[in-house]
Amino acid sequence: MSIRSDFDALRRERILIKDGPYGTAIQNRKLTEADYRGDSGLTADQRGNNDLLNLTCPDLIREIADEYLDAGADILATNTFNATKISQGDYDAEHLVGDINRSAARVLRQAVDARQDGRRRFICGAVGPTNKTLSISPDVNNPGFREVAFDGVKAVYREQIDALVEGGVDIILIETVFDTLNAKAAAMAAMEAGDDLGRDLPVMLSMTLTDMAGRNLSGQTVEAFWYSVRHVKPLTIGLNCSFGATELRPHVAALAKVADAPVMVYPNAGLPNEMGEYDEAAETTAALVKSWADEGYVNALGGCCGTTPEHIAAMCAAVRGVAPRQLPDMAAAMRLSGLEPFTVAA
Amino acid sequence: MTSSATSFINVGERTNVTGSARFKKLIMADDYDAAVEVARQQVENGAQIIDVNMDEGLLDAAHAMETFLKLIAAEPDIARVPVMIDSSKWNVIETGLKCVAGKAIVNSISMKEGEAAFLDHARKVRRYGAAAIVMAFDETGQADTAARKIEICERAYNLLVADGFPAEDIIFDPNVFAVATGIEEHNNYGVDFIEATREIKKRCPHAKISGGLSNLSFSFRGNEPVRRAMHSVFLYHAIPAGMDMAIVNAGQLDIYDDIDPELRDACEDVVLNRREDATDRLLDLAERYKGGGAKAQVKDLAWRELPVAERLSHALVKGMDEFVVADTEEARQSAEKPIHVIEGPLMDGMNIVGDLFGSGKMFLPQVVKSARVMKKAVAHLIPFIEDEKEEGARAKGRIVMATVKGDVHDIGKNIVGVVLQCNNFEIIDLGVMVPWQDILKAANENDADIIGLSGLITPSLDEMVTVAEEMQKAGMTMPLLIGGATTSKVHTALKIEQAYAGPTLHVLDASRAVGVASALTSDGPGGGELVEKTRSDYEKIRIDRANKGQSKLTPIAAARANGFVADFAEYKPPRPNIVGTQLIDDVTVGMLRSYIDWTPFFRSWELAGNYPAILTDEVVGESATSLFGDAQAMLDRIENEAWLTPRGVAGFWPVKRDGDDVVVFADEARTDEIARFAMLRQQMVKRAGRSNMCLADFISPEADWLGGFTVTAGTGIEPISARFKVENDDYSDILLKALADRLAEAFAEFLHARTRRELWGYSPNEQLSDEDLIKERYRGIRPAPGYPACPDHTLKPTLFGLLDATSQTGVTLTESMAMLPASSVSGFYFAHPDSQYFGVARIGRDQLGDYAARRGLDIDDAERWLRPNL
Repeated sequence: MSIRSDFDALRRERILIKDGPYGTAIQNRKLTEADYRGDSGLTADQRGNNDLLNLTCPDLIREIADEYLDAGADILATNTFNATKISQGDYDAEHLVGDINRSAARVLRQAVDARQDGRRRFICGAVGPTNKTLSISPDVNNPGFREVAFDGVKAVYREQIDALVEGGVDIILIETVFDTLNAKAAAMAAMEAGDDLGRDLPVMLSMTLTDMAGRNLSGQTVEAFWYSVRHVKPLTIGLNCSFGATELRPHVAALAKVADAPVMVYPNAGLPNEMGEYDEAAETTAALVKSWADEGYVNALGGCCGTTPEHIAAMCAAVRGVAPRQLPDMAAAMRLSGLEPFTVAA
Repeated sequence: MTSSATSFINVGERTNVTGSARFKKLIMADDYDAAVEVARQQVENGAQIIDVNMDEGLLDAAHAMETFLKLIAAEPDIARVPVMIDSSKWNVIETGLKCVAGKAIVNSISMKEGEAAFLDHARKVRRYGAAAIVMAFDETGQADTAARKIEICERAYNLLVADGFPAEDIIFDPNVFAVATGIEEHNNYGVDFIEATREIKKRCPHAKISGGLSNLSFSFRGNEPVRRAMHSVFLYHAIPAGMDMAIVNAGQLDIYDDIDPELRDACEDVVLNRREDATDRLLDLAERYKGGGAKAQVKDLAWRELPVAERLSHALVKGMDEFVVADTEEARQSAEKPIHVIEGPLMDGMNIVGDLFGSGKMFLPQVVKSARVMKKAVAHLIPFIEDEKEEGARAKGRIVMATVKGDVHDIGKNIVGVVLQCNNFEIIDLGVMVPWQDILKAANENDADIIGLSGLITPSLDEMVTVAEEMQKAGMTMPLLIGGATTSKVHTALKIEQAYAGPTLHVLDASRAVGVASALTSDGPGGGELVEKTRSDYEKIRIDRANKGQSKLTPIAAARANGFVADFAEYKPPRPNIVGTQLIDDVTVGMLRSYIDWTPFFRSWELAGNYPAILTDEVVGESATSLFGDAQAMLDRIENEAWLTPRGVAGFWPVKRDGDDVVVFADEARTDEIARFAMLRQQMVKRAGRSNMCLADFISPEADWLGGFTVTAGTGIEPISARFKVENDDYSDILLKALADRLAEAFAEFLHARTRRELWGYSPNEQLSDEDLIKERYRGIRPAPGYPACPDHTLKPTLFGLLDATSQTGVTLTESMAMLPASSVSGFYFAHPDSQYFGVARIGRDQLGDYAARRGLDIDDAERWLRPNL
């Protein structure tokens, strides 16, 4: 059985649960710069380089993965949000990108294999947006300028994806998409990696909203985003991060209406408080996402910033027995998009 | 607005160096700021997609494409629409694809270099997530004849679909070539395109057809009037054949009907290759149009001697567009700025129109014609205004209008929109079946001053309450106007105004709309007064309703005991000649014309009076006669040019009455139940001797028959309507829809007659005059679900199921049970001589509960659908 058909069979049975974030879990453990650096031999300050911990503290990453597995997660994502040449450049660690990704994937593979309980779980290689954008100029006086180009970004993603696949991931999760063009480059890198492997390398796509009106940073609406990436035939399409579940709700509803692919959403634990901390209780988040499940909006749920294994366990319990979303039957039509959708009637 | 599914798409052509000399000059001079403005104006003027082409020998096309696409990505009001990346070079296309976040269209790929290269490009297009225009071009060259176009497109289609390319993302360009070139082989190119279009649409499901128009008229370079006329004539024939989009400057299209008939015929002869000397004749005629297009033979009319401002006024008031472009041009040349022509003589003329309308001296059809003249004048000025980068004329206010979700009727809304536009309001018309989310979004994004909602069927009342509630939730404060046949002041006061804290007003008809909208958008005290007065009126309505209490109802058991007793002693239900269903596809528009009931047609134009007396009415007679003439002329075209193909289905089934239900059986044994129609019974207190009626009363409990039907004036209306819109011709658009409605009703009347005489055959020798028909002096009734005798719209799906109506006639139901196409009618046939129309009116909770149980509905659902009767 292929990953695609396994996933499809399982998502018809029930709502699947994705894990929570590594960032929050690592932050709670109060590591020192030396912990981060380990024996990497790097000289720049490595504090906050969470991705490097896959190499220097694999046991810690394993511990977090085990907590999410205990909480009931079906879908696990690697701790590789910033493990690209572009983002590791901030830590002078570009040369370690391959090792970081391979190690991150292996840790999860071992954690899953160790369970031996017959449960089908899925390991995703998490691919972040990088801190450079293909659609927006960093220079307000020169709107046509770009710091990066499509082919360059695609190559950077390809390097990460190849290493994740070597390490044993099943799926590529392109998440926190704030620029649709970056996501299209990442998806093309994944498709080309699949071509070279001679097999289907499935992709999940997850957009993040930067304003309450429901647009991402490059200005697209949720529906326009879906039409822009529908050709990728993603295993799931969805939303993550952005805000808490309360604010995300109308946009989840909007996506559920138009997406003829499974929907996966993993919100933050509410909005940050005055201290910049996320303090929404696990039960609160779980009740909010359960109401999405009750409305038939979602096929998979998980947590982003501020959520913990406790949140994941609460979600797991909350949606047990709730029927997963049925995919809408979309009539054939030419569905184009700029920042907004444009459907040409059949 | 951009989300609308639409029938004919204008692709903006002005950001194309091969099509626009101005744009080319800007790009060559590296003036990208001004080039971006060209794109912005295109989108503002309604381009739904923008075509970007940088194929110019002296340019680095890939670099120019990249630079321009990156720049417009930074402009949200441009980037909101999809891009068409247009180049004959693959590397330029691929460079473009790397710059767009949205789903674009590639223009174009073809089999010019063989199948392998074609499929390679198609796969890449797919990887970048774009749709593609496929040129009718193969290894041996560009397709010229219809047969070649069809063969190449079909081959390309089969290759693409087999390779996994989504059929709905394929657009064919079957090549528009120049005609009237003097070369005989070129004469049939127009016909070849149109014929190929029709056939390709048949053979290649979901694929679309596009084309660039400028080639067609290449022989007439420098003679804009002739080129424009050729383009209009071409689209007039190509759109109904299935052309979905064209790369075109929409402002530069003439209204088909307004082209000088001599020129139009000559263009048509050329485009349709109707006579051997067509080219010579058009060339001769073209000489007269050179240099600006003054009409050749001007009728010498006295008003033509007046100063230009007065001529414009005259044209507006009389609704005559024959000279308006020339007059507008003359006014422009003497004006300091083009905008002054709009602000001066044109607005002065429209103010006269507004005053005449307001004082009852002008009537709606004339006002809509005046609007057509105004739009034509403004369309002529817009390019000049753009060139001067002036601000547009400031509208009095901006109004977002929509027919609510589930409802498909828009004649009234369109009329109100046109009248408001005449009075200098900016109208953002979201069309029909618009969900509340889109209405709120459009209102927010456009910073609307007012929202106007329209609806014709009863479920729309609830949907309007929903919109009001959501506006409240969203914290909106702008005025909400309610209109449409089913709406009322009472419902607005009791339900809608209660849901929304902002000003909420019911507007009775188009003639009131201007006054209300003007008051609400003026800074003066008028708006506040109106709002306060309306609030107190509505409060009074609510208090009156509360004090009056509701009229007393008879308990349902007692109402049943007082049911109508039809005579079944003397009367034996006749067995229909047709048992089961019968497709009706032999009816033409010509056959229906004499069945048209014209009185409601005049009412839809707010002309009061009965036909035919209305034609000689002292007050509205002139207006009615003129409208009637236009209606007859359009009916001629509907008939001769086969715009509409009526289709219907009738069915007759063995039934029995069971209480207030009519039970339908599989066969005449009447044992195997296949459907059940629960009917509602009147519960108002009746005086002695009057019954509490229910449709089931007309059916025998032993053995009887029930008929049903669905008819539609035809499914072809959309492309024609779209074409009128492209031509800024609201008058013809509204006229067409109003006539289609009348034809649907006429069809229902026609089919009822055929049912009585033949299909059911209980009155085989019936001979009635048309007037008797309209007055319904015949035996049997045809009540429709959703109307007074049978108010529940939700019987329609069952009726449609028995008739197999959707596959037989193409008519579908929306979630609010409106029929699509809107010009459709469906209902039941009852044959009993005592059967008669009545209104169920208000029913009690007791019947509601009983009815919900009989229908197997949740009480909440039943309540929702029957709310107007509770």
